[in-house]
Amino acid sequence: MSKNKTTGHKAAHSSQRKKEVEARSCIRYRCGLTNTIQDVLNHRPGWVEVKDDAEWDFNWCDVGWLRENFDHSYMEEHVRICHFRNHYELTRKNLMVKNLKRYRKTLEREVGRLEAAKCDFFPRTFELPSEYHIFVEEFKKSPGNTWIMKPVARSQGKGIFLFRKLKDIIDWRKDGSRSEEQKDEAQVESYVAQRYIENPYLIAGRKFDLRVYVLVTSYIPLKAWLYRDGFARFSNTRFSLSSIDDQYVHLTNVAVQKTAPDYDPEKGCKWQMQQLRWYLTAKHGFETVQTLFKEIDNVFIRSLLSVQKTIINDKHCFELYGYDILLDQDLKPWLIEVNASPSLTASSQEDYDLKYRLLEDTLHIVDMEGRLTGKEKRIGGFDLMWNDGPVYTDVGLEALGSSCLVANTHLGCVNDREKQLQQLLKPFPGQKKT
Amino acid sequence: MMDESTELSVSITQIVQRLKGTHLHSQLEKQAKECLHKPEIKLETLKDDVRRVLKASGWERKLQNAVYRELHVLPPPGHPRAPPEHTKEPLAYMLKAQASWEKRILKSLNSMCTELGIPLARKRPVMEQKELTNKWNEMGTDEPDLSNFRPVYAPKDFLEVLIGLRNPNTERSDDLTVKSHWGLIQVSLNVHDIPQMRETYAELGLSYGQLGIDDHTHVPPDLFESEHIHIGKKVVSEQDSAAAQQYSRQGCPTGLRAQLWSLILNTTNDPEDITHYEQLKARVIHHNLLVDNLIYKDVKLTASNDDYYFVFEDYLYQVLLCFSRDTAVLEHFNYNSASPPKSSIQSKSGSEQCAVVYPPNGVIPFHGFSMYVAPLCFLYNEPSKLYSVFREMYIRYFFRLHSISSHPSGIVSLCLQFERLLQAHLPQLFYHLREIGAQPLRIAFKWIVRAFSGYLSTDQLLLLWDRILGYNSLEIVAVLATAVFAFRAENLMEVTSLASAEAVLADLSTLKVMPLLQIFLFATSI
Repeated sequence: MSKNKTTGHKAAHSSQRKKEVEARSCIRYRCGLTNTIQDVLNHRPGWVEVKDDAEWDFNWCDVGWLRENFDHSYMEEHVRICHFRNHYELTRKNLMVKNLKRYRKTLEREVGRLEAAKCDFFPRTFELPSEYHIFVEEFKKSPGNTWIMKPVARSQGKGIFLFRKLKDIIDWRKDGSRSEEQKDEAQVESYVAQRYIENPYLIAGRKFDLRVYVLVTSYIPLKAWLYRDGFARFSNTRFSLSSIDDQYVHLTNVAVQKTAPDYDPEKGCKWQMQQLRWYLTAKHGFETVQTLFKEIDNVFIRSLLSVQKTIINDKHCFELYGYDILLDQDLKPWLIEVNASPSLTASSQEDYDLKYRLLEDTLHIVDMEGRLTGKEKRIGGFDLMWNDGPVYTDVGLEALGSSCLVANTHLGCVNDREKQLQQLLKPFPGQKKT
Repeated sequence: MMDESTELSVSITQIVQRLKGTHLHSQLEKQAKECLHKPEIKLETLKDDVRRVLKASGWERKLQNAVYRELHVLPPPGHPRAPPEHTKEPLAYMLKAQASWEKRILKSLNSMCTELGIPLARKRPVMEQKELTNKWNEMGTDEPDLSNFRPVYAPKDFLEVLIGLRNPNTERSDDLTVKSHWGLIQVSLNVHDIPQMRETYAELGLSYGQLGIDDHTHVPPDLFESEHIHIGKKVVSEQDSAAAQQYSRQGCPTGLRAQLWSLILNTTNDPEDITHYEQLKARVIHHNLLVDNLIYKDVKLTASNDDYYFVFEDYLYQVLLCFSRDTAVLEHFNYNSASPPKSSIQSKSGSEQCAVVYPPNGVIPFHGFSMYVAPLCFLYNEPSKLYSVFREMYIRYFFRLHSISSHPSGIVSLCLQFERLLQAHLPQLFYHLREIGAQPLRIAFKWIVRAFSGYLSTDQLLLLWDRILGYNSLEIVAVLATAVFAFRAENLMEVTSLASAEAVLADLSTLKVMPLLQIFLFATSI
């Protein structure tokens, strides 16, 4: 990994950015969604919404709009849009698996087994129908294991089911249990079959997964930020392998939980990441949890590196990913999936506040106002995780003296972003510093 | 009055009596017998050699811890001719008030039982027993119809009783003078003021490091945190109960807290403890008690609706249902002003009524009771371990929060202390609140009764409970209540009604307890 030696480039970057920004007195934005992001954009000083065919400087669009319009839009230097053209290389389950497998092979060839093993955070996955035969081979190797079938392009838990016998999916392939909706679709839908993690880490008998936010502002070179806040989503019912038909037990998406019979919207099924980290520390001790979170960082970094050469890099693009991570009983993190459009709708006031802060800080990093130098390692609740190479905190180097390097990520740690932002950022043009 | 040496020998006798026949005793005997086989044991110096071996293998330390634990629950020494009630509570009027409160609660329980036509206790049919055994780990999924059950009492009912307490020996003047007490508690007890507390709680002072203050992100860990954790690890490896208690005064590191608390409380998870728990579980399976429904209702209303604790719902049932049936808890009534409630139950032959303790552990749960257990779920996830820790915490501390007594950690003293501190150090605020009909205790009482569980964020709550264990007293709870008022004084001065005062103090989840305590105790001018 090359170290970041392009400081000259950075200085040029920030002065150029300033030039880009100076000309404008306000920032025109387009927003295709009607949830939290709408509020954040609305409240940002100097930002004005534009609609229809008007020219825009910033676009928070949905992936549908992107697909239809990106290729036909001309974007000036300063313009920013919230997706990469072919983000689906990372977010579609079959493509992600393909890219990760390829990257792993490259690592094994070029560096060695140990390094390649760092990519083993993805459960064995096969694309169907194309990889059906190798899937069957693997399936037969370990009889009795549970597998999960997921449609490649859907979200919110739709179309997912569990199975243990080949017979179950042979029946399914014969259109036995597919819904009307699916039969009408012109295209053949791809699925992935994935080894189901049968020993998830449970808290009080309940399964949970983690939602973590990662912001990528560039793929070449790779620059990624990790947000300190996030949450753990609990399944409303107790985990047991005996009832694989009960999708409410196994799927922890809030969207699915909302339809479960004993779902009580008053009852939160979420814990803040800080709460989870604190709980795990109380149970397993500081060092174990420190190691766990390092391994989680590894999941983000490797998955992004695996698509680095495939994603069409474009300086206009940035993307806020929602990573879903599952922990098993040995405290090993597994990557479930990556979302390019993580839900920004809030399920509670607390949830709204979290997403508001997250989006606000995202906009700070995108820096339409040109207030940053480009050298920052932390902006609000985001810590710079990868900058064409690993990023280390300054504290580690000073206090310990020796070559003990501490990673610059703080997932689940204290998020005193307001204080940090006050010290870091100049006020908006026309706004007095409070 | 006994002199000190007599007191000491009485205590020693009592402790020896209590430890005789315990599992520890038989283990020590076994160990002593086994080490006779060792070559280094010589007949001439048998006693010393055996002692040495037991010390080296850690058994002396275990005995030390057990003795230390007994000292905590030993009733205070009294006059040899004083009746046993005196040990429970020396002030007659308090004892009487507690007895009449108990009568009321029991009456309420019995009338609920008659109204609903549900027996106080009922043997479960075999089918039901099987079902419950299968469901043991997920009782929270049950949705029984609890609409007819009401909690036997809520903290505010208890507050009214405390407000009505009067010492028949004092002359009361109804005129409000500067010297009179402005608060609701109208009895006089000896409570500490700030100068006295500065001595008692010296380790919370500004020159000592604290977890909850000096482990903040901006403070470099080498200043205090790293060293403190290092010492904590040593304390745990030494397995020294007394040292752990002293250590806890400056806070327990998150990663060590479970072990440290267990050490301070001297709770073990030996096969004997697990068996005891399993026996209690068996009792739950065999019999249904009316109070079980009260427990269900309480958990559903409080812990299940809490953002932090909803996950642990199942554990709470597993602990509280067993707790109700644990007759070992009855022991604590020796030093509790309360007495176990007795109910009439048909004897087996059906011909007579006999009085039995009901529920078996003598503790009738009230609204919010499950919140004593909930925070512990963050530290212990084996039910038997969680159970042991909770039970010990209950019989050392929590029981004092809902029985009327003159004990310095009793609820009456805590309320009085809160009011006195507030009146002495924030008189303007107290006066203002009184004038607008917002007596401070009406707001703070619910925090005190629950030792702040459910009001503070969990990490802050456990830092507070570290100090309760460290100082072996609930006094710090009263101090925190005052400190909270002090912190929000500015806003409270602006309110004009009880409702708005409640609103200002409704959300304590962002408070950091140690800075508040430290500032109040050590930076208030006196």
